[in-house]
Amino acid sequence: MRLNVTVNGEARQADDVWEGESLLYVLRERLGLPGSKNACEQGECGSCTVYLDGTPVCSCLVAAGQAEGCEVRTVEGLAEGDQLDRVQQSFVDAGAVQCGFCTPGLVVAAHDLLKRVPNPSDPEIREALAGNLCRCTGYEKILDAVRLAATR
Amino acid sequence: MTSPTRETTKGGVGDSPLRPDGTLKVRGEFAYSSDLWHEDMLWGATLRSPHPYARIRSVDIGEALKVPGVYAVLTHNDVPGTNLYGLEHPDQPVLAVDVVRYHGESIALVAADHPETARRAIKKIKVDYEVLTPITDAEAAVGPDAPALHNGGNVVRKVHIERGDQHATADVVVSGVYEVGMQDQAFLGPESGLAIPAEDGGVDLYVATQWLHVDQKQICFALDLPTDKVRLTLAGVGGAFGGREDLSIQVHACLLALHTGKPVKMVYNREESFYGHVHRHPAKLYYEHGADRDGTLRYVRCRIYLDGGAYASSTPAVVANAATLGIGPYNVDNVTVDCWGAYTNNPPCGAMRGFGAVQAGFAYESQMDKLAAALGIDPVDVRVRNAMSEGSVMPTGQVVDSAAPVEELLRLVKERPLPPATDGPLDLTAMPGGVSNTTHGEGVVRGVGYAVGIKNICFSEGFDDYSTARLRLQVINGEPAAVIHTAAAEVGQGLVTIQQQIVRTELGIDQVTVHPADTTVGNGGSTSASRQTYVTGGAVKAVCEAVREKLLKLAVARFGEPRSELSAPDVVAVLGDDVIEETVEWRHRPTTALDPDTGQGFAHVQYGFAAHRAVVDVDVDLGLVKVVELACAQDVGKAMNPQAVLGQIHGGSTQGLGLAVMEEIQVSGGKVRNPSFTDYLIPTVLDTPPMPVDVLELADPHAPYGLRGVGEPPTISSTPAVVAAIRAATGLALTRVPVRPEHLTDTQSPSA
Repeated sequence: MRLNVTVNGEARQADDVWEGESLLYVLRERLGLPGSKNACEQGECGSCTVYLDGTPVCSCLVAAGQAEGCEVRTVEGLAEGDQLDRVQQSFVDAGAVQCGFCTPGLVVAAHDLLKRVPNPSDPEIREALAGNLCRCTGYEKILDAVRLAATR
Repeated sequence: MTSPTRETTKGGVGDSPLRPDGTLKVRGEFAYSSDLWHEDMLWGATLRSPHPYARIRSVDIGEALKVPGVYAVLTHNDVPGTNLYGLEHPDQPVLAVDVVRYHGESIALVAADHPETARRAIKKIKVDYEVLTPITDAEAAVGPDAPALHNGGNVVRKVHIERGDQHATADVVVSGVYEVGMQDQAFLGPESGLAIPAEDGGVDLYVATQWLHVDQKQICFALDLPTDKVRLTLAGVGGAFGGREDLSIQVHACLLALHTGKPVKMVYNREESFYGHVHRHPAKLYYEHGADRDGTLRYVRCRIYLDGGAYASSTPAVVANAATLGIGPYNVDNVTVDCWGAYTNNPPCGAMRGFGAVQAGFAYESQMDKLAAALGIDPVDVRVRNAMSEGSVMPTGQVVDSAAPVEELLRLVKERPLPPATDGPLDLTAMPGGVSNTTHGEGVVRGVGYAVGIKNICFSEGFDDYSTARLRLQVINGEPAAVIHTAAAEVGQGLVTIQQQIVRTELGIDQVTVHPADTTVGNGGSTSASRQTYVTGGAVKAVCEAVREKLLKLAVARFGEPRSELSAPDVVAVLGDDVIEETVEWRHRPTTALDPDTGQGFAHVQYGFAAHRAVVDVDVDLGLVKVVELACAQDVGKAMNPQAVLGQIHGGSTQGLGLAVMEEIQVSGGKVRNPSFTDYLIPTVLDTPPMPVDVLELADPHAPYGLRGVGEPPTISSTPAVVAAIRAATGLALTRVPVRPEHLTDTQSPSA
């Protein structure tokens, strides 16, 4: 099938999409946007989190066809040119990035949290990020990063 | 020539400069091994055994070959070289021949134009199995009656250590039997890579691994190609923790690429990842501690059985660690240790952070608590009474010749203020059971527990453990600029940052680029055993010293007089249009093998120590545990990058917490029952508590900058500290990790 989707503000088209493909697969393998990550592909780790019409979703759980005509914003669409989004910059500054495989999903999840709750409490941060697994950091520096981003 | 450490160099050693790969990673632009793409590439897939033990009568690939879009279906007949690989002993077939020895063993490969096509073709391969009865108990496997799974029997390695009086007696004796479940590294980036066939008949492989050169060696052996025809480049690595030390897709992707003449990408999904890498050895440990009434240890005797699963992997080294570190960081004159690594039909086990020391640590720390209880002594006091220090003698006879601040680490975590009791408005996320709303505080009991651990740093037992660094220095845009090149794998820990820091400190220059790691430079050794900052860091320091020496010689010619220091403008003036390039191999001090009869020897380069205090809330009615705080104190010798040090301690502590209360690959009858993140749980941000850290910097005079490997020690003591806290809350013996709800309630008697 042919898929029409707006990604990071740009109208995109993908041809010969097999019906079983996920939005994650189309982004990564057909649209040249591998920033969203494929850690579990079953909705448990959150590393594939993208905005779908403004709502954060696990793109591995969205069939490509469900995104037809939708607006998708991925981690690649958060920075303005060379200017990182405050959440991205805070992850770098706080040491919240180690292997970085969870980072794109966490950045999108934290970005969404700060849009909704500008000054989140620690329990609010923890709850908002509870769907994103990280294996390297023990989350301490990730919490630091979100706290830092909230001040920027 | 000695080079001064310039503590104040901006972005140098002791500073916490930003990671060079950080910006790419937060933008989603860092190229991980699963992100690679090539024009006209195919996708590889693997057929795996559904049985833990079976004879293969036949394999029929006919139907699979007919699937449109399939380019190749390969079996063991297509392996051109020796159909075996393995880290220490090549005993594992690249593709199974006439027998499979574990659930998930590779049998055949497919390359196709779409990953789904490849998966469907895999299902069309017909294998006729004669299912055999698996051997699933490691202790029984090394017994006299077990049928042999490999030529030579089921003992991968046995280590015996004896020191002092083998028949010592004591006033107070405590004994226990402990079990450790099978933990998974659960790195987030799945096994993956891209193999590209080359015109010279060789292959270029881009892969996520921990050790490029040992991969290369095994690939060459299997493909029957010389090393110059098998070129590896490190692709972005999404975590490792030991799970990438053994081969996964490496030979398979190269085979498919060479066979089809097309680039082949392989990416495991999460389920396949659970089958596609080794795990932490499950263990059964029998301990007996004898002590005086004041708590002074008289003797320790133990027997440790480690389940190596179907193939050897790094079991021999894991056995050595569990044995030599088997009594923990304590002074004991009379020690007997017997440790076995067994072949079974369980999944192969090998390297995971802590590597043998984790299993022993759970047992000896549980014993120390048991001893404290038997004597009516405070658990920290009984540890302090026996704590080793610099100059102590290990059970191997090795004298510990640098800082061993066991007592200080314990005091640091003990003296830290305790977190306040849960009060104020109810926050469900702070309760055991969380937002499941299982309790509002009723039935919740708090407990506090302590543990301390010891880990060897770097490779041991006489292994020629070295790394290679190449440095190229030239003037670019009027500034001195260095490119540092090693084959050492950055897996997330921050080695790339450390390399830059060392060059800045040693040469006083700002612009340092880290060349991609590949096999065009010499061996960097493994990213494991907490060794890369020590060994590759040592190599980078050494190559800087060689470059400095050259610069100083050139300076004599340029300035007509010797200089002891060169500023950046001096370097520019000296270099002009010249390029200096040096390559240096660097080794740590040698170690020796263990005596085969007594286990005596200078086996380890360095020891690392950490201590934890865990505070937990337990819902004693439902058996649910919430870890409230997990404090750590660790000696790191020199905090090369303080921010990264904390990151390692937090991450290691959390993996230990996972083993304590949630993480286990459930294997029954040799079959893996929970190969997914739905059923194999790792800690989320809600499971992970605040983790305050005290860092000591007691320099090791034998190590570069005095540093001590950081990555593994916090993983040893975290698990027993959490379990000790649960024991304190419940009064239960808790002899097995992970602790499950049924161990804490009446629904199933704990093994005590």
